[in-house]
Amino acid sequence: MGYFPSNFHDWFAERGWHPHPHQIELFDARNNATNLLIAPTGGGKTLAGFLPSLAEIAAQPSPGLHTLYISPLKALAADIRRNLSTPIAEMGLPIRVEDRTGDTSNTAKKRQRADPPHILLTTPESLALLTSYEDAPHIFSGLQRVIIDEIHALAESKRGIQLMLALTRLQALCPDLKRVGLSATVEDPEAMGRFLAPTGQPAHIVHADPGPDPDIAMLRTEEPPPWSGGGGKYAIPAILDEVKRHKTTLIFHNTRAQAEIFFQNLWHANTDNLPVGIHHGSLAREQRLKTEAAMVAGQLRAIVCTGTLDLGIDWGDVDLIIQVGAPKNVKRLVQRIGRANHRYNAPSKALLVPANRFEVIECFAALQAVKDHDLDGDPRGPGPRDVLCQHILCRACAGPFDTDALYAEVTGFSDYSGLSRSDFDACLDFAATGGYALRRYDQWQRLAQRPDGLWQLRDPRAAQRIRMNLGTIQDTDTVDVFMRNRRSKPLGEVEEAFAATLTPGDTFVIGGKVVRYENMRELKVLVSPQPGRKPRFAVFSGTKFATSTQLSHRILDLLHSGDWSALPDHTRDWLNLQSQLSEMPRADELLIESFEHDGREHLCLYGFAGRNAMQTLGLLITQSMERLGQHPMGFVSTDYAVLIWGLDAVTDPEPLLQINDLRHSFQTWLAGNAVMKRTFRTSATIAGLIERRSIHARKTGRQATFSSDILYDTLLKYDPDHLLMQITREEALKGLVDFGRIEEMIQRTRSRTRLIRAPHVTPFAAPLFLEIGKIPVEGAANERLLAQETAALMEAAGLA
Amino acid sequence: MPNPTPAITEQNMNEYGFSFQGHQLLARPDGTLWWPDQGLLVVSDLHLGKSGRMARRGGGLLPPYETRDTLLRLDEALNATNPATVICLGDSFDDATAAEEIGEDEILWLTRMQSGRVWIWIAGNHDPAPLPFPGEQKAEHTLHGLVFRHIAKPEASGEISGHFHPKTRVSSRGKSLTRASFVVDQNRIILPAFGTYTGGMHTDHPALSDLFGAKALAILTGRSACPVPLNKT
Repeated sequence: MGYFPSNFHDWFAERGWHPHPHQIELFDARNNATNLLIAPTGGGKTLAGFLPSLAEIAAQPSPGLHTLYISPLKALAADIRRNLSTPIAEMGLPIRVEDRTGDTSNTAKKRQRADPPHILLTTPESLALLTSYEDAPHIFSGLQRVIIDEIHALAESKRGIQLMLALTRLQALCPDLKRVGLSATVEDPEAMGRFLAPTGQPAHIVHADPGPDPDIAMLRTEEPPPWSGGGGKYAIPAILDEVKRHKTTLIFHNTRAQAEIFFQNLWHANTDNLPVGIHHGSLAREQRLKTEAAMVAGQLRAIVCTGTLDLGIDWGDVDLIIQVGAPKNVKRLVQRIGRANHRYNAPSKALLVPANRFEVIECFAALQAVKDHDLDGDPRGPGPRDVLCQHILCRACAGPFDTDALYAEVTGFSDYSGLSRSDFDACLDFAATGGYALRRYDQWQRLAQRPDGLWQLRDPRAAQRIRMNLGTIQDTDTVDVFMRNRRSKPLGEVEEAFAATLTPGDTFVIGGKVVRYENMRELKVLVSPQPGRKPRFAVFSGTKFATSTQLSHRILDLLHSGDWSALPDHTRDWLNLQSQLSEMPRADELLIESFEHDGREHLCLYGFAGRNAMQTLGLLITQSMERLGQHPMGFVSTDYAVLIWGLDAVTDPEPLLQINDLRHSFQTWLAGNAVMKRTFRTSATIAGLIERRSIHARKTGRQATFSSDILYDTLLKYDPDHLLMQITREEALKGLVDFGRIEEMIQRTRSRTRLIRAPHVTPFAAPLFLEIGKIPVEGAANERLLAQETAALMEAAGLA
Repeated sequence: MPNPTPAITEQNMNEYGFSFQGHQLLARPDGTLWWPDQGLLVVSDLHLGKSGRMARRGGGLLPPYETRDTLLRLDEALNATNPATVICLGDSFDDATAAEEIGEDEILWLTRMQSGRVWIWIAGNHDPAPLPFPGEQKAEHTLHGLVFRHIAKPEASGEISGHFHPKTRVSSRGKSLTRASFVVDQNRIILPAFGTYTGGMHTDHPALSDLFGAKALAILTGRSACPVPLNKT
């Protein structure tokens, strides 16, 4: 305690508080270049991060920016500002704290650049924007410290990459900058330290007491989970009982669609009129803010939510976490459980609710993993080059730069420490000229080299367009949903791809309401109310995570063991039913089922390789089927299986599954599929080829901007080795393709397959019919169907 | 009302033939319109030089291959039909500078395609000024009672135009396909955009569908030209 300045000491003492050991340790280590604190929620992590800054500014209150705080959430920045104002006011410290996010007014932003506060709270995107201004050296001139909150969450996405690249810029402007990272529990703290610290300079890691093990179990329900589907509707009575027994319950769902449906069902069952709310990323902002305000005021007993509530803000007295649906990833589950009970050293309480019987198995495996402290995670790969391209453009906005210096800066972030100079130069060339094999005139330049060797924007006005498009958040193209004939705010948004599959009369859920699709006008989906009707579609997707390799192996082990005594009776019965109608998937043999359903032939493969690898397998197999004239029409994948449908039955799957053929067709395959085009769009947007936002208002409805698919097809045809095509392949391999796990599956089964012709949909295959993210196969079946469909339409219209 | 006439021969089994104001026309799956009796090929909205114009305006540096790709497909259409006359319905170039800027090779290629045939450039909103290329340049062109112009006039009859880049969505068994399309009724034909870098307007947009009568057809391009009733909303 003697380590703190006396006014801090007194302030703690007046409250009867005792600093946690990790708060003291972090303060003690404050002169280290990089500190990483790993602590569970409720451990006073954020205050620990700020104490050295408060002490330093209080001791020497010179004007200017001293500390930069970065969090993944805008709301967190505002929350921290309120929390900091208490000790600052009560100790009478001469410290100015302000936040700066997308919500900050332009006037305030301008003032902050001219006269920065001592402590600025911001997000990775706003920081990138700040570094892009020509006066960045002035803004950051006195900067001493940077605090990165929830670094474990940022490290998993490109937002974190963008942030750490921005930090290399700050480090160049302020060589003595000290870094502090605040992280939840992670599987590899050393790797997190390398992510945080400059290349080659180890971080000092402070471990807080992890606290007692969580009190976690599967929810017991009278009714067993359904055979298939998601959402956990069956568990609503039991969940309501738990809500009544606790102060505030967070009810997590894996997708927005499931959260919506669950909320609607909960509302109907909520005969006691308990105050409950909903919170997820597709809701209109006003509605989200309303829910947040009610939570902060302690007015809600339960909040149905998605990953948007995984982080940060202390939502008051949350004393129970309910996870509906399988958690997919043990580390995320542990972090989510930490959201309950922000009192340090009390066990967090959580209940898992499997949404269907397969998830009973996954939940059971996950519980075992939590008990064994067995967290999952993948090693970090090399830094993505699309983010680097954006960083180069961002740097150019701030003024002329030297490429040697920029290369040295960038490699100062360990993710890029292995970046070769030629790879860097290729990114520079892309940013400067587009990097095409076909060289065109001078106008084809964004960046130009000056006589003195420095690089700068050819047209300084381009800076505005570049700044508007900074950021790496995957804005999947979404369209707003409006009530028809009503001038009101949007109900929410759905993915454009989902909207494209709707036909008038289809019903879906949004904002807790069942609506009927009427039509789509430009960028608006128009709907009409359809209360009380069971929604036919509920498939707009949220974030998709693949079940980790480690958890998949635990599940296969459990299935293989044949010892299901620890599972509930209903699940045991279901496994037996699957065994009777078909067979149990095995680790050493690939189970394949074939059956007819709803006028189409289906093929279901149980690979247990995680959603993304199963999707790749679906793509590779449908390509082989297309080549063999078997007319595949589409497929859908889950973490454990891929279901393919088409016009013809497959009687011999062996030719579709030869690993050498799969590997061989991999390259040609990679070129032409929907996943690649989706990945291309993301990378092309991040790298600055496609503009997400333009200065001019969005299209007027005529001659809309053309699809990024056209750019992809054009590059594939005329410039297949273009940098962006390389990046797209790289990114797809890492994320959406995940070919490594297919190879793991093939090795595990040694290419042995077992084909079962089932009389109808099997118990294990049924859930796949309700899965989101169906991927069409654009092949010969298309033309066959289109011909049939257009003929039918003509006939119906009396034109044939 | 256009009367669908089955036009199934070796060469044109993927085309859609129909009668328009007493003339037999073929909507080709590549988005061009073929008038066999006149040896006339109509194409619209090539938007040559689009990526160059985008680059000049300081936006993203798009792959500079769309001009050669559009010319390649136009060449294929010319080889398939060997027309005596070609009418380009305007917006052939993305702007006047684009027409001056396209590369040597592309100019030679275009000139070669033009040689030995009548070539008519209709002015569009993107290229209203005279083009630095051989061929007739006019605001509109009339032939056997049909008028060719860039933008449709609501009161016109027997009119063939472009400009709107129509595209049509067909949903079937949970699948949705969107294709560039012709729109046709007894009074007018609007062609799809032929250029590689062109977006489109859905044919159910009032700006487009209001130009057509109740029995209009959208003819989807792709591997085959597929007609569907125009979905009016």
